[in-house]
Amino acid sequence: MLSILHTIWNVFTHAFHRRVTVRYPEEKRPLPPRWRGRIVLTRDPDGAERCVACQLCSVVCPVGCIALQTTQDETGRRYPAFFRINFSRCIFCGFCEEACPTCAIQLTPDYEMAEYTRPALVYEKEDLLIDGTGKYHDYNYYRVAGLAIGGKDKGEAEHEQPPVDVRGLLP
Amino acid sequence: MATIYIDNEPYTVEPNGRNLLEVCLSLGLDLPYFCWHPALKSVGACRQCAVILFRDENDTRGRLTMACMTAARDGMRLSLTDPRAVAFRASIIEWLMVNHPHDCPVCDEGGECHLQDMTVMTGHVRRDYRFDKRTHRNQNLGPLVNHEMNRCIACYRCVRYYRDYAGGRDLQALGWHDHVYFGRMEDGTLESPFSGNLVEVCPTGVFTDKTLGRHYTRKWDLQTAPSLCVHCGVGCNTMPGERYGLLRRVQNRFHHEINGYFLCDRGRYGYEFVNDAARPRVAADPDTVRGWLSEGRVAGAGSPRASLEANAALRALVGAENFYAGVAPAEHALVALMRALLEVHPTPPPSLREVEEADAVLLLGEDPTHTTPRLALALRQAALRPPMAAAGATLKIPPFDDAALREAVQDATAPFFIATPQATALDGVAMQALRLAPDDVARLGYAIAAGEGEIAAALRNAQRPLVVAGFGSGSPAVAQAAAAAARALGARLCFTLPACNSLGLALFDAPGVADMPRDVKTLILLETDLFRLLPDAEARLRKVKHVVVLDCLATPTVAAAHAVLPTATFAEADGTLVNYEGRAQRHFRVFPATGDVREAWQWLDALRGVTRTFDEVTAALAALPAFAGVEGAAPRAEFRLLGQPVPRQPHRTSGRTAVTANVDVHEPTTPPDPDSPLAFSMEGYQGHPPAPLTPRFWAPGWNSQQALNKFQQEVGGPLVGRPTGVHLLPVNTGAVPAGTPPPPFQPRADAVLFLPAHHIFGSEPLSARAPGIAALTPAPALAVGAALYARLGGGPVEVRVGDAVLTLPLREDPALPVGTAVLPVGLCAEALPAWGTLTGGPRDA
Amino acid sequence: MLELLRQALIIIGVLAVPFLIASGLTWGERRLLALFQDRYGPNRVGPGGVLQVAADMFKILMKEDWTPPFADRPVFVLAPAIIIIATLSSFAVLTFAPGIAVADLNIGLLFFLAMSSMAVYSVVLAGWASNNKYALLGSLRAVGQMLSYEVFMGLSLMGVVIQAGSFSLGTITRAQQHLWFCVPQVVGFVVFTIAGLAETRRIPFDLPEAESELVAGYHTEYSGLKFAMFFLGEYVGITLIAALVTALFLGGWWGPVLPPLVWFLLKTLVVIAFFILVRAALPRLRFDQLMEFGWKLMLPLSLLNLLVTGAVVLWQEGLRF
Repeated sequence: MLSILHTIWNVFTHAFHRRVTVRYPEEKRPLPPRWRGRIVLTRDPDGAERCVACQLCSVVCPVGCIALQTTQDETGRRYPAFFRINFSRCIFCGFCEEACPTCAIQLTPDYEMAEYTRPALVYEKEDLLIDGTGKYHDYNYYRVAGLAIGGKDKGEAEHEQPPVDVRGLLP
Repeated sequence: MATIYIDNEPYTVEPNGRNLLEVCLSLGLDLPYFCWHPALKSVGACRQCAVILFRDENDTRGRLTMACMTAARDGMRLSLTDPRAVAFRASIIEWLMVNHPHDCPVCDEGGECHLQDMTVMTGHVRRDYRFDKRTHRNQNLGPLVNHEMNRCIACYRCVRYYRDYAGGRDLQALGWHDHVYFGRMEDGTLESPFSGNLVEVCPTGVFTDKTLGRHYTRKWDLQTAPSLCVHCGVGCNTMPGERYGLLRRVQNRFHHEINGYFLCDRGRYGYEFVNDAARPRVAADPDTVRGWLSEGRVAGAGSPRASLEANAALRALVGAENFYAGVAPAEHALVALMRALLEVHPTPPPSLREVEEADAVLLLGEDPTHTTPRLALALRQAALRPPMAAAGATLKIPPFDDAALREAVQDATAPFFIATPQATALDGVAMQALRLAPDDVARLGYAIAAGEGEIAAALRNAQRPLVVAGFGSGSPAVAQAAAAAARALGARLCFTLPACNSLGLALFDAPGVADMPRDVKTLILLETDLFRLLPDAEARLRKVKHVVVLDCLATPTVAAAHAVLPTATFAEADGTLVNYEGRAQRHFRVFPATGDVREAWQWLDALRGVTRTFDEVTAALAALPAFAGVEGAAPRAEFRLLGQPVPRQPHRTSGRTAVTANVDVHEPTTPPDPDSPLAFSMEGYQGHPPAPLTPRFWAPGWNSQQALNKFQQEVGGPLVGRPTGVHLLPVNTGAVPAGTPPPPFQPRADAVLFLPAHHIFGSEPLSARAPGIAALTPAPALAVGAALYARLGGGPVEVRVGDAVLTLPLREDPALPVGTAVLPVGLCAEALPAWGTLTGGPRDA
Repeated sequence: MLELLRQALIIIGVLAVPFLIASGLTWGERRLLALFQDRYGPNRVGPGGVLQVAADMFKILMKEDWTPPFADRPVFVLAPAIIIIATLSSFAVLTFAPGIAVADLNIGLLFFLAMSSMAVYSVVLAGWASNNKYALLGSLRAVGQMLSYEVFMGLSLMGVVIQAGSFSLGTITRAQQHLWFCVPQVVGFVVFTIAGLAETRRIPFDLPEAESELVAGYHTEYSGLKFAMFFLGEYVGITLIAALVTALFLGGWWGPVLPPLVWFLLKTLVVIAFFILVRAALPRLRFDQLMEFGWKLMLPLSLLNLLVTGAVVLWQEGLRF
């Protein structure tokens, strides 16, 4: 019985405590850089599209909200012909970022994506692609991959020997 | 029966001259491997399938041995999980991966890569190699196969398949030690018409499908269904894959008795006609057509490239007496003759597996490489296997030890005799290849039937002789001679057929389209291009008041039609096709047709004013005596496994909430499929369905095509569950129609005998519209003998055959019999062989 | 004539003010709860969020007035009306300030008890007519709870009645000019306050609408305007109980400086605020605990209170003679 009264008193004293609510649109909490918010597609340090359209993000997505089509330019460099994320389905789990072998797809500390209609939440590649490298500044997938692309021939990637001369007899 | 102890567990197995790797895989155990292939057998090159083999139950140390090189014997004791074997296998993978590039995200093999699977299977999850990797320059291997040599792990499967199995010459292992290079001497299209199989044979991404690369989709996103190849009469089983409404590729679907592990390039790459932008897609008003039908005097032409159901629906619409076969008159007569000859032959036509097992072959007038290519690959095995079996028996080499057997055999081949006007790709494995005019080929056949000559003697010694002829020669005499020879030798008789359902259409016993009365008011052409079949097509069509064409190709007949009803291709339609053996097999829709396109039988039912399910159409078809039992080709639409349909999409299919989100954010419902036990969905029974319904080969840990071993009763054996297809052709029904040898061929001074030339790329109308195939189609040219070539001076010539006049460049074929010339088929509608004239030569200015 | 006008004004006032307070409470309760819980509560619509009331009202009026097809339609519609009528009519017998009362009945307190019993019907009928198992369970709980608590609710008031010598609320309030009854009748005050909480089905006695077990109890199937009537009914009930506590125990309109009506309103609002504080502080009881508390503690306590009060009053009377 006394404890009940004590509780009531205790709660009453909270009327004079400082309020913990953050009044959101006026004041904003600082977010950690690894916050899982709006998804972007980044570019490599040379300014070229990082995404090679390997489709790993789309297959790992538990809600299946990523769809893309692989294509390649005349030099053999792969990129997505279209890249679509349906943010009205996205659960911001970050699996896509984890699966991405090229650090192209990244989640950003931006959660202010509310829209009045669902179609406005369907982002295409133009909406997703940013002009920077995002969180990973130095990584350039094609510098470690064996595939030759425009501007990088066979044997010119990191840790690569020059192409084998099949007709050579040297050991 | 033998008992083998694997990790101290007794297993009862049938050794049958099989090796331990095959035994382990057949038992469902996982053992990694690279160089072994169920069709190519063992060479023991990769050292990946190492196991510990114990001498007896007291032996605790054992010794490391390669499972693929050790024959299974009763009482054997081995361990797959022994730490030494596990460590050895992991170290092998680690070495293989040393030079393997970080390419998986941009590699077409990624997600269905045997190397990825084996790497995961051996537990090599970290790459510690920090030094420089070896690199190679790639080659341009033509429009079908992509080359990325960096990824090679030097398992030698490609050259073993390409050279030893398929008989190609231009792909080889070049360089030495650390510099081995698998490629051609220089850039250029791979010459073998079976090069596409490299894509499936290569355990990693060195050889990938170039047509797939143009619209690349990972295996996990492809919607697949059990299907059939529609590009010749063999009836190979395929697995076409679709994504975003586009057919992306065709893969081999193992069939124990037909295609086995391999397809030809026409079958693998011909699929792109489905995506052809020129396909008719706008339908005429069916009510108008129905009005025309009520005017009376209706005739319909069925098609050998349409399914039995589509043809039966047309027959029901126009009436049996008004139903004609949409086949050129000569071909129609020839197919009917071949059907009759097969029905009276004492043994059924051989399956391709039986062809491979033949120990003596007589090939009359036919170049199967260009007419029914997969048969040619089987015939090559028939030529190579008997000497290998003999060598194995005398030298006590186990049957799986491929390299040793080939070494022992060298160039020896089985009794394999070829008699054709033109050189064939199989000449290299033939004991004797004769260049004869068709009539002389027929005479040779009759002579062998009469037991004359050394060929007859060689064939008579064989246990499993085989006689092959077919439509390629265009000569009924050759077919009859082949049948006579086969009967006299007690041989199996195999006739090649031009289209995927030629025999099925022949079973309707309809007269040819040439016999159709010219005064019909309304003509319904089902997937029939009259301009290809009849020289007077234009005149005939002009007389008909209403021409209704149902087709999936933009043919000249479609252009001349009054009403076009666009039909679904094989990938968008269910259907039953009858192959050269009389085996009726079912193909299922891979994806639903869009827009106005509907399946042919649905259009025809709509014109008749009835609504039926596919099973009802098949049941109506089965009421015809010739098609009794045809429903048995595949399970009915109500068939369910644990109450669920078989899903066409793999369980990993991605993007289901984003694919159509740009059109509508609400996810579409899955299209219903009342016609088959399959569903256009990733939901359903994801286990192993019966063989006719298997949409893909995938098992946990086995993402590549090699997962097939989980679907087979034993390695190389039939798929689990009920067999696919039913035989419709009766056998041994009566006496042989008497045939007489034609007179010997006499060259004429005033004329040339034009013989038909088929080409694997281009002669078949469907695949000819696929860009990859079209790129390889040779420019039409007239082949003439050396003398004629010299006389005409190599210049373009004017060919007159029947009413047709053609101007063609010349090509020299020195072996061609005198008095003949070879004309590519499809250039004119005249029946070949036919006499005609040749004018031209060097012209002075 | 003037008298008639005055009377009409009072009636309108008595009808309107509880409604105003009740609807204000939909905002006020949330603000107060937030205050006790270190939050802000609704503070976006209008100054301090006060227009939330209008927003909520607008929203609820815009909602579809849905009657489930499986419900007993006439009863379903009737039920929410009963609760409003029953609670509002109790206001008629309250005397808010000298001369400000609709009808200062000499049996005012009995009328209130009768009306609060009527409110049970609303809950029972709502649960029954909904044809929904949660609603039915909720209404069964409500019947058990309200019948039990009504017993000592009435008994707890008897002390006041004995001391004031009247059932008339005006007379009772007038009797507190010098000493509020909450001092001599401290037990009755506590018991009545608890019973009042139970009667209005407020936390910690909100078992009939326990959302964690019964979705929303007896008004699970209600929406739109009919739900609003239940909602308002609850707040009007709170206002009524608070007004009664004021009139019976806290000296009604008595107070210095300010006009009597203001004092009455002020005290009522403080009691309401206390109710909300209790809601913020205490968890919900279990049903067996509820029954045990009522029958084994509250009932004996109120009987004891009655006994002692009676004895003391008799003793005082005896002294006088």
